[in-house]
Amino acid sequence: MLKRVHFGTSVLPYLLLAPQIIVTLVFFIWPASQALYQSLLIEDAFGLSSEFVWFENFENLVSDKTYLNSFQRTAMFSFSVAFIAMSTALVLASMADRVIKGALTYRTLLIWPYAVAPVIAGALWVFMFDPTLGIFVYALKAIGYEWNHKLNGNEAMFLVVVASAWKQVAYNFLFFIAAMQSIPKSLIEAAAIDGAGPVKRFFSIIFPLITPTTFFLLVVNVVYAFFDTFGVVHAITQGGPAKATEILVYKVFYDGFVGLDLGGSAAQSVILMAIVIVLTVIQFRYIEKKVEYT
Amino acid sequence: MKLKNLLLGAVALTTLGGLSVSAQAQTEIQWWHAMGGANGERIDRMAAEFNASQDEYVVVPTFKGNYTETMTAAVAAFRANAQPHIVQVFEVGTATMMAAEGAVYPISELMEDAGEPFDINDYLPAVVSYYETVDGDLLSMPFNSSTPVLWYNQDAFNAAGIDAPPATWDEMKVAAEKIVAAGYDCGFSFGWQSWVMIENFSAWTDAPIGTLENGYAGLETRLTFNTDALKNRLNTIYEWSKDDLFKYGGRRGDSLSMFTNGECGMWMNSSAYYGSMVAQADFEFNQAMLPLDTDAAAAPQNSIIGGATLWVLRGAEEQDYVGVAKFMNYISSAEVQAWWGQETGYVPITTAGYDLSQEQGFYAENPGTDVAIKQLTLNTPTANSRGLRFGNFVQIRDIINEEMEEIWAGTKTADQALDDAVERGNELLAKFERANK
Repeated sequence: MLKRVHFGTSVLPYLLLAPQIIVTLVFFIWPASQALYQSLLIEDAFGLSSEFVWFENFENLVSDKTYLNSFQRTAMFSFSVAFIAMSTALVLASMADRVIKGALTYRTLLIWPYAVAPVIAGALWVFMFDPTLGIFVYALKAIGYEWNHKLNGNEAMFLVVVASAWKQVAYNFLFFIAAMQSIPKSLIEAAAIDGAGPVKRFFSIIFPLITPTTFFLLVVNVVYAFFDTFGVVHAITQGGPAKATEILVYKVFYDGFVGLDLGGSAAQSVILMAIVIVLTVIQFRYIEKKVEYT
Repeated sequence: MKLKNLLLGAVALTTLGGLSVSAQAQTEIQWWHAMGGANGERIDRMAAEFNASQDEYVVVPTFKGNYTETMTAAVAAFRANAQPHIVQVFEVGTATMMAAEGAVYPISELMEDAGEPFDINDYLPAVVSYYETVDGDLLSMPFNSSTPVLWYNQDAFNAAGIDAPPATWDEMKVAAEKIVAAGYDCGFSFGWQSWVMIENFSAWTDAPIGTLENGYAGLETRLTFNTDALKNRLNTIYEWSKDDLFKYGGRRGDSLSMFTNGECGMWMNSSAYYGSMVAQADFEFNQAMLPLDTDAAAAPQNSIIGGATLWVLRGAEEQDYVGVAKFMNYISSAEVQAWWGQETGYVPITTAGYDLSQEQGFYAENPGTDVAIKQLTLNTPTANSRGLRFGNFVQIRDIINEEMEEIWAGTKTADQALDDAVERGNELLAKFERANK
């Protein structure tokens, strides 16, 4: 007769889980629920008169031209950041993968920018491109180009994209190189014996084999560009000039903390929350399943 | 100087006094402000001197970042029930603070409750009118106030053969042409363009910029500054910019360097740049009153102020507010006001402070430094020239900046830009009305 294995109930597992659950509740679930609630209210800055208005804040957003513009701008911004950060990282990783001498040094140096806080990264770029003090502006002037991202919206956008992408290259590099190193050497050697050059080997063997990583990074990068670039934008342009770099996450801050429109700002953050949920679902549901080593 | 000794003594006293604070259980008064650098140190000295002058209250000044950050911090603190007693708020935040009726303790009421002597007539009308209710009650205590003036480079004037600073916009053109002809890069520039060219242009010509007495009479106010007078003026300035008579140099005080390094011969901006001028300009400079648009008005009215005031927030112990009231009276005293005005270029907020500065010979020794106060007090403020009270005005100023930048870039005519600015601004006013009704 089979003996049923039975473990006595114990509080220990609950105790061990408690810290994680408390942190999640206090720092994620509670604020998120507050944002949801706040987004249904219209109230003055001090919270003295508040009115429950259902979805009026959302209706206002849909009819707000500056919000729709910001949406478009954010989409453009995110894909530029993701594209630049990933392609640069891919090139660097494929190079570093082939390096034999001093590989560790290269890798360490390339990973470094990841440790830089977004605001610091922004400050660095702002210094290099300051219209009156910047070293790059000086160089551009030498070849006859007047750089002024404080007046020119396209230049400002270019600057925040590059600064944001620069910070993310290190992270992407780390994942790409790990993926490349997990490819069996025999495959590549076999291709080499068959006469495939480095470029051919990259496109026929390495690139297809790292697609799962590429898709994972695409989602991570888009999420990064959507949500983690606030510090960069705040340090470099504060959303200006004339809202040229006001991405969604910056608009949440501006409307909420400068404009003191808490309901509208909360509604925007709820929309952002929905976007990140959708991206995560896509990540887990489809990409992990569909992309396979074939 | 007597005051200096007093202050030094005060600093020494508070250092010693710090040790006995806990023993005597003095009442602490929290004061959040937005003044960094040299002005922050002046605030510390002010508080230290007040603390030394009596032993019941200790004012604790705390720097909370720029104006926006300070205001947001106070709002957040109020929501969390941890607000300071006093918070410094810039003038464009007035409508937001005012709408928060249960949160703010109006100065007139505070002084009466605390039994402190207070007469609103001691204060300069042009300064307090910005912060008065329609019934004449003072809401917040003016602290640092300035007004836009016409700064000019005397050396440039001499080189160009200009005898007197221009008093009208027609003379501005002539002067700017002469300056450019004398080899300067540009005739004039200005900063804080919404404040200088919209808000003050209108007050100076006694024209409204919005309905309902510029917002004083109700939340249903809407902007109306897209007038022919203003459109013509801005269109003309754009035309002038083609000949470098005018050059745009960025928002706020960004164009200061264009004036101080001798690029532009004239600059219209706050009188509170006096300290920066002394430090940066290596030429002889002076200030004059703003030019008048003679197509819009026959004579100038008065200009309006900018700067910040001290708001008292409710929610603390009743006895604390007696200390707050005493402190308010202390900072309005003639000695403190004269000292503060002479050091910073802000105008003294009381007539007594102005008189004392005059007695001390400050205005005679530093010609031009009394232009701001003369301009503010030129006439009794009208409904159009006492100030403005619009909700969401921080963002509305950003909108005005954006639209005016389109004029200077040549992408919009002034007609189009002003119409658009009014339309976009009114959306924000409607929003504010909705949130505060």
